Amino acid sequence: MPSLETNLGKLLKLKNPLILASGINDSNAASLIRGAKDGAGAVTSKSCNVKGRKGHDPPVLISNEHYILNAMGLPNPGAEKMRDELALAVKECAKLGVPVIASVFGESAEEFAEAAQIVAEAKPALIEADISCPNTMNKTFFSDKPESVSAVTRAMKNATKIPISVKLAPNVPSLSLLAKAAEDAGADCITAINTMPGMAIDPIARRPILTNKVGGMSGPALKPISLRCVYEISRAVKIPIIGTGGIITGSDAAEMLVAGASAVGVGSAFYYRRNSFKLIAEELEKVMKENGCSKISDLRFQE
Amino acid sequence: MFYQHAKISKISEENPRVKTFILDCDLKTEPGQFLMLWIPESGERPMSIAGANPLTLSIANVGKVSASIHSKKVGDRIFFRGPLGKPFTFQSSYKRIVLVGGGYGVAPLRFLASAAAKKKISVKLIMGAKTKGELMASPDKKICETIITTDDGSEGQKGFTTDALTNLLADNSSTPDAVYACGPELMMKKVAEICKQNKIPCQVSLERIMKCGIGLCGSCSVDGKLCCCEGPVFTGDEALGVKEFGSPQKK
Ligand SMILES: Cc1cc2nc3c(=O)[nH]c(=O)nc-3n(C[C@H](O)[C@H](O)[C@H](O)COP(=O)(O)OP(=O)(O)OC[C@H]3O[C@@H](n4cnc5c(N)ncnc54)[C@H](O)[C@@H]3O)c2cc1C
Ligand SMILES: Cc1cc2nc3c(=O)[nH]c(=O)nc-3n(C[C@H](O)[C@H](O)[C@H](O)COP(=O)(O)O)c2cc1C
Repeated sequence: MPSLETNLGKLLKLKNPLILASGINDSNAASLIRGAKDGAGAVTSKSCNVKGRKGHDPPVLISNEHYILNAMGLPNPGAEKMRDELALAVKECAKLGVPVIASVFGESAEEFAEAAQIVAEAKPALIEADISCPNTMNKTFFSDKPESVSAVTRAMKNATKIPISVKLAPNVPSLSLLAKAAEDAGADCITAINTMPGMAIDPIARRPILTNKVGGMSGPALKPISLRCVYEISRAVKIPIIGTGGIITGSDAAEMLVAGASAVGVGSAFYYRRNSFKLIAEELEKVMKENGCSKISDLRFQE
Repeated sequence: MFYQHAKISKISEENPRVKTFILDCDLKTEPGQFLMLWIPESGERPMSIAGANPLTLSIANVGKVSASIHSKKVGDRIFFRGPLGKPFTFQSSYKRIVLVGGGYGVAPLRFLASAAAKKKISVKLIMGAKTKGELMASPDKKICETIITTDDGSEGQKGFTTDALTNLLADNSSTPDAVYACGPELMMKKVAEICKQNKIPCQVSLERIMKCGIGLCGSCSVDGKLCCCEGPVFTGDEALGVKEFGSPQKK
């Protein structure tokens, strides 16, 4: 029987490699605890900033069988409220053996650091820096230049002793340079990827559907892009990668682990299958039986 | 295409705040489900389905998007995605049910009453308002018996819908197999409590701010449950288990 137990580098011990991605039903303690009960290996909270944000007015998300397009606009109640929710979640999820990851963002390296300091009080196992949300008019996008990736990473590392993961965007020219910049600045982990910028238009209404006009694409259509990104990053850095984007089935998860991820983020999958954690885990185990791997780290493709 | 579109074929005024819009299309749906209604120049909001053949919506004029729907005329176009959410359910053994509605919550219950009548279930609808002028239209007598309550006694029985429910349940000769409620949350909480005391199964429809409508964004989560895709219909016991039931957070 293959084992799904695995480690995210030396950072986290996980009972399975499936991690609830940031922004998917995770803005309060009850939702995070539910993710843990539903079978997540770890859960990530909705990205928060110091002041909080209202987010965009709907339409903010549309879906079809191939992809999801969203421009929520990072709605969140602010880092202090989130810290209180996280503290509750950390306590309850610990009983289930499920680590909690806190996600933060800001409009400057200093704001990232301040938000990190606040959520750190809840003692999450990892803090993720969302430097790659495409839906806030570039105000919070730091994912396209090595200098800005380093600046945010360094500010976060100075602000807290809790390990840091840096979440990268797919729509950048040289992902390996950016991942290396994060590693060199002290990042403990990389999360890749965030959504891919996109747009949806209604031909009868003759206008963009989303209030924000443009949004970020996730779901099945993102998988070839996320696989390539994770493959490229894994060849450039030694720190572990949470491979995220278009993981719907156990086969998708296995592919991501083969590409070079140490764990797998799961987000849009819950639209396609509500019971995703359980189903993906069962299917992943089956794939491992089939290919003769006894542990998650065996899956990785060695050049 | 992400949205279906339809034209308004008829508009009727239920009361000074609520208009009912009949559209020029049918939808395969069940009572209790909702749509995400999109008015391109204004925005998107969840709306309960008040009829399927033809598709019907009853909408209270309370803010940005609802006001822009109220300004529409016959022939104007609206957009929607859905049906979404879990419907009210019947068991095949049900012979008698009671529906309790307040405000525009009466609209989906009229749809539920017709669906039950088609299954030969006998239906009593209790519907209430503060005063006569705020009542919604009652369904056809062929579909169900309607009991009206007003807080000021200007029409029907004086008092609340929940008083009428208590009176009805006091008559042991016609205990309903189930009770369904839709309307102000405090009313639904009272209904759920009354049903629990009387050991009668009950279903209520929770209204929360919904943004994505498909269970991803988490805006509508109550105690970790998602109203948009695991509800909006919940059993009375499930709802009574929710801490904030009866006092939902405001926008
Ligand atoms: C599952 C579900 C079904 C719904 N079905 C219906 C329906 O059948 N008919 C209908 O009219 N509405 C329905 N609603 C409510 C609807 O989605 C909107 O919330 C409502 O139309 C207000 O939107 P707005 O843009 O007009 O107001 P906004 O501009 O968003 O809000 C304006 C003000 O109105 C207040 N407000 C918001 N919603 C309500 C409300 N429901 N009642 C009183 N005040 C409110 C807000 O607090 C705010 O202060 C339903 C909601 C859900 C979740
Ligand atoms: C509705 C929605 C909200 C999201 N919110 C956030 C967020 O707040 N922070 C973040 O880092 N990523 C956010 N994301 C991106 C996801 O975490 C993930 O990186 C992306 O959706 C790709 O994975 P998927 O295909 O499994 O969904 C969001 C995605 C969706 C669909």
